[in-house]
Amino acid sequence: MSAPNAALTQERGAVVLDPARSIVWRSAVSRSSVELKSFFRNRQSLVFTLLLPIVLLVVLGSIFSGTVPGTHTDFKQMFIAGIIACGVMSVSFNGLAISVAIERDTGMIRRLASSPMPKSAYFIGKVVRVAVTGTLETLLLLAVAVLAFGLPLPSTTARWETLVWVLLLGAVACTLLAVAFSSVIPNARSASAIVTLPFLVLQFISGVFFPYSQLPAWMQTVAALFPLKWMTQGLRSVFLPNDFAHVEPAGVWELDRVALVLAAWCLAGLALSFLTFRWRGPNVR
Amino acid sequence: MSTIAEQANPVHVRSLRKRYGPVNAVEEVDLDVRSGEVFALLGPNGAGKTTTVEILVGVRRRTSGDVRVLGRDPAEDAPEWRARIGVVPQTTGAYTDLTVREVVEHFAAFYPAPLPVAEVIDMVGLGKQARKQAQTLSGGQARRLDVAVGVIGDPDLIFLDEPTTGLDPVARREAWDLVRYFTDRGKTTVLTTHYLDEVEALAQRAAVIVGGRVVESGPVAELGGRRATPAAVSFARADRLDRSLPALPGDAVVEEAEGLVVVRTHHPTEAMAALLPWAAASGVRELPDLRIHRPSLEEIYLDLIRSNQEGGVV
Repeated sequence: MSAPNAALTQERGAVVLDPARSIVWRSAVSRSSVELKSFFRNRQSLVFTLLLPIVLLVVLGSIFSGTVPGTHTDFKQMFIAGIIACGVMSVSFNGLAISVAIERDTGMIRRLASSPMPKSAYFIGKVVRVAVTGTLETLLLLAVAVLAFGLPLPSTTARWETLVWVLLLGAVACTLLAVAFSSVIPNARSASAIVTLPFLVLQFISGVFFPYSQLPAWMQTVAALFPLKWMTQGLRSVFLPNDFAHVEPAGVWELDRVALVLAAWCLAGLALSFLTFRWRGPNVR
Repeated sequence: MSTIAEQANPVHVRSLRKRYGPVNAVEEVDLDVRSGEVFALLGPNGAGKTTTVEILVGVRRRTSGDVRVLGRDPAEDAPEWRARIGVVPQTTGAYTDLTVREVVEHFAAFYPAPLPVAEVIDMVGLGKQARKQAQTLSGGQARRLDVAVGVIGDPDLIFLDEPTTGLDPVARREAWDLVRYFTDRGKTTVLTTHYLDEVEALAQRAAVIVGGRVVESGPVAELGGRRATPAAVSFARADRLDRSLPALPGDAVVEEAEGLVVVRTHHPTEAMAALLPWAAASGVRELPDLRIHRPSLEEIYLDLIRSNQEGGVV
């Protein structure tokens, strides 16, 4: 008698466990689908995060000419490497900070917190959103760059690998920072404006529109504190000829340092998110 | 002290206190909500109703006090506990970029045994709007979507914080039907509202909160000593009614001023039975300005608020 009973208990245990696991799964799928729907249906997020970098690429790519001082490299190519990094920052940092701010202001986060949704499902949804939109953004920018501006694709497997890990680490760092940064955004209406300011400033000082080596030293120092500079540097190593490295501050690509700084920002972003993200409280309407 | 039976109530609160800096938003709140009832929380704006509800549903932390909701401390925030409570917060949510059906389906995914999505959408009266973008709904419709989101998990205990504010009279009745639907299924509801007709129509028991304190609680029909307050039978003395009044029920207190007679008694029917033949005997078939007045919930409520605010405990 005891053996079948034990089996029954075990089976029941499994039955009890299973729904819990399937709720995490169902919640994560549901969150992910809502994230993607709201991204692609929202004109603000499409224009400001997905299209803006592409418009910048097309317009500025058509204006810039000549070579980067001290090199034989087309200025355009340096700019394209930078704008791809910006594109990934745009969908991860800008897109996410704006969406979290909106969700906080419209009562979505409060309602999610009042439901039994596993908290992990919310963040899984955000990761899926950044992964899908980041990949899409990168592919679109690459396509425009290759077709319209003759950008040579990375020449070696090693360079492709660098492209992937730089963008991946950069996206993770920006995603985590976005979650933390969203806490300084007071309401949905001002979200785009508040997020665009640091984005714009970083673009100017991180070697996207101007060669990093041409910037005043103090600006270089400030830029080196933030992830975008290291993302653009990593991507220059992917798309530009090796001899371009001698105009980089260190005279080499410093890929190990790129990895180190971006990883450090991932950890800092994670810590900041933990400290600042709130499911409840006066700002969660 | 609270008994074991009280502790088994769906909502059991003793000496709840919430302090924001120097301000006590909730000063001293005791509540017992019994299984299967609709319980109303009444009080003026800023009395601490919403803060209390937010603590009960676990979106706000208390400063001190003993709080049990479905047998657990809401601060634990346990998912299996969350699956059993439904929450409709005071502020209306805006769901961007999703249709009504998508919003409800989305929340249904978080619950182990949700109600059918289409049924809930129909129940809150949004059947025709199911495919509409949620942000294009009118204020009243958005409020109903909130209610749908709150109840989709088929909760055992539902918290409704001013659910019908901003609804037109028809939509309010529909919302009442929805509350009754859950009551009929044996569910418990806690309701805050400004509408006293809503309390009379839906709630069995109520608590009045003023300045963060429960000043009165009990069955709605007995609130503020309502049952103990006598009814007032009043009429104007017509010229021909110059005889003294007939024998009235033993507890009757008669006041007469400027031709108006007021008889206060717990037995207004008996008083009428004596008064009508008395008037008829003088040839008066219609008593002028005849009224029987029982204190309405609104009067009781306003009295409670006034006397407690004058007390200076704000």
